[in-house]
Amino acid sequence: MSTTRRSMSGNYAIAYAVKMADVDVIAAYPITPQTTIVEKLSEYVANGELDADYINVESEHSAMSACVGASLTGARVFTATSSQGLAFMHEVLFMASALRTPMVMANVNRALSAPLNIWNDHSDAMAERDSGWIQLWASSAQDALDLTIMAFKIGESERLPVMVNLDGFILSHTYEPIDLPNAEEVRKYIPSRPLTNRLSPKTAFSIGVVGPPEYYYEMKYQAVDAIEKSRSKIKDVYAEYEKIFGRGYRDVESYGIEDAEIALVTMGAMTGSARIVSEEMRAAGVKAGVISIRTFRPFPSEELLDLASGLKGIGIMDRATTPGGPSNPLFTDIASCLYGSSRVPLQGFVAGLGGRDITLDDFRMMFRETDRASKEGRGRSPIYVGLRE
Amino acid sequence: MSATFRTIKDVPKEEHLAPGHRLCAGCTVGTAMRQILKASGKDVAVITATGCLEVSTSYFPQSAWRVPWAHIAFENAAAVASGVEHAMRALNRKGKSDEKISVMAVGGDGGTFDIGLQALSGALERGDDLVYICYDNEAYMNTGIQRSSATPYGAATTTSPPGKLSIGQSTQKKDLIGIAIAHGVPYAATATPAYPFDLMNKVRKGLDVNGPALIHVLTPCPTGWRFDVSAGIELSKMAVLTGLWPLYEVVNGEVRLTVQVPRREPVTKYLQIQGRFRHLDEKTAGLIQKRADQIAAKFNLGPLRSQ
Ligand SMILES: Cc1ncc(C[n+]2csc(CCOP(=O)(O)OP(=O)(O)O)c2C)c(N)n1
Ligand code: SF4
Repeated sequence: MSTTRRSMSGNYAIAYAVKMADVDVIAAYPITPQTTIVEKLSEYVANGELDADYINVESEHSAMSACVGASLTGARVFTATSSQGLAFMHEVLFMASALRTPMVMANVNRALSAPLNIWNDHSDAMAERDSGWIQLWASSAQDALDLTIMAFKIGESERLPVMVNLDGFILSHTYEPIDLPNAEEVRKYIPSRPLTNRLSPKTAFSIGVVGPPEYYYEMKYQAVDAIEKSRSKIKDVYAEYEKIFGRGYRDVESYGIEDAEIALVTMGAMTGSARIVSEEMRAAGVKAGVISIRTFRPFPSEELLDLASGLKGIGIMDRATTPGGPSNPLFTDIASCLYGSSRVPLQGFVAGLGGRDITLDDFRMMFRETDRASKEGRGRSPIYVGLRE
Repeated sequence: MSATFRTIKDVPKEEHLAPGHRLCAGCTVGTAMRQILKASGKDVAVITATGCLEVSTSYFPQSAWRVPWAHIAFENAAAVASGVEHAMRALNRKGKSDEKISVMAVGGDGGTFDIGLQALSGALERGDDLVYICYDNEAYMNTGIQRSSATPYGAATTTSPPGKLSIGQSTQKKDLIGIAIAHGVPYAATATPAYPFDLMNKVRKGLDVNGPALIHVLTPCPTGWRFDVSAGIELSKMAVLTGLWPLYEVVNGEVRLTVQVPRREPVTKYLQIQGRFRHLDEKTAGLIQKRADQIAAKFNLGPLRSQ
């Protein structure tokens, strides 16, 4: 296995992966901080480095619609968006998953308006967690590249759309050294052959029909079942990718968890800082670990339950809110997955909304609060980290 | 561009829209669609917007479509069709498929004039090689006869009801063909199923040109316009004969009338057989006649028949 090391931003890493995947159709609309992905792809197409049809649609709604249409022909399809763009696609996301049109979308996480804010948080992806898409989360530019390649493998095998999330600016625009896999090997790993073409005159299928009450339920359940069944494929792909390309991924990735008493659960780029501070906590005598969610949909319940069984306290970091809800999105998911099986105290945190820095001090505080919850035997209501009075 | 369909003998016998669908009795949308598919033949992928045609032809587990067909949403038929068209093109070019298929998007007036106008504009502006058919029953029929921007002046709908302060629809119909040609499309035309050869030839031409084509088909709706179920084709014809629905095509910017009306009928003949105009007074009917006269002048239609 040959690799080249290059300095690249997360966005360019994704564009590079899409080029290696030899996609047939890209339909996308510009939005910060996603735009440099599709600019780079336009350039590849314009230079003849990538043989694809790039559709300059007039909106994200049309981007997602064109991707669904293209996917129905069996073509390999890619799009990218952020924030308002993802929200604008909302309606069609549910159709993409229920109609089983595989495609890969990079979602460069950015806060939702109002007020307008181009910086990072996770509210865009969290608002689409019920859309039936597989969601993978990167915590480095290298992850973004690898996950994009794997997303094609997973999505096309399971006939489901896959969203690869990476934190806006923090990952999308920061240059990191990246190991680029050999393009030939990538092509061998995800050969671009058309899937069964469902819009063919040979078959004359009707797709997207009216599902009356006596059928809708079963039809919808098929989409539920499909993402449920994708669990084992995702694991296989992570393992296979490690064998071929040397970098391993897991649905849940833990750090220092073996003998940990408390852990902080993170998603995306904040994982790195959490790990650094966990080391510091250990030096100070608190056995702290970090759990990061790589595969957010399908939700890795079993893995989390396993990890929770050895812990005395878990802190959960949400970079999004659920106004008026019982708690915030990741907290709610974890609490419901542990319910009835684990009584480990949970402490929720909200941090980093709209690009607010999460400092190392913030992490220290979150570990301490989690430690306190473990000692008191219960968590308190969510702590809004760094919120000014 | 020559006419493919001149007599009934030129029309293929194959039916690509199966009978037994759930459109209302007397609905001319089915008549139009049947003609359209006879013109296209079976090698066409049809992308239909949400609306009467879609819900009435694809009620699971049945489907009236004998051609590859998809419906995704209300406002995105043009964008989905663009995706299909580009994907087919890419797969052919890359040697991954040798299937050739034309792409057609079909939307009602709501799905075209209103909520789908942006997606349509995108597809037309990009020059995507597809035919967009707007079947125009002049309101949102599927949701119960609400007005659209295609509803004609004076017509009663459930959201433009006549009343003490209202004559019904207070605005004029949007000029869809004008919008299409402003995008520089190579082909745009009006049609209506009372003139089947005219309609089918236009569909054929739309499919044959390289680039986007838009065909705007007037499809009288007995339920929404309130007329007898036997009168759909008569209304379709009367719309043309009064001058309210001129049949023309625009080829690379050149406008050509395709059906001349040597003696125009007064608009009252069209208005009187529909419930949606029943409330109109003479003055408003007179304004509608004036509009027909303006259209006639623009297209050089014949003079009004003396009564
Ligand atoms: C985004 C969205 N808004 C509203 C609707 C509800 N809706 C379905 S069909 C329809 C009207 C369709 O009208 P038109 O396009 O004129 O077609 P017709 O039913 O008259 O054939 C509406 C409002 C919808 N399906 N999607
Ligand atoms: S409401 Fe009108 S357009 Fe709709 S099916 Fe009935 S007759 Fe046809």
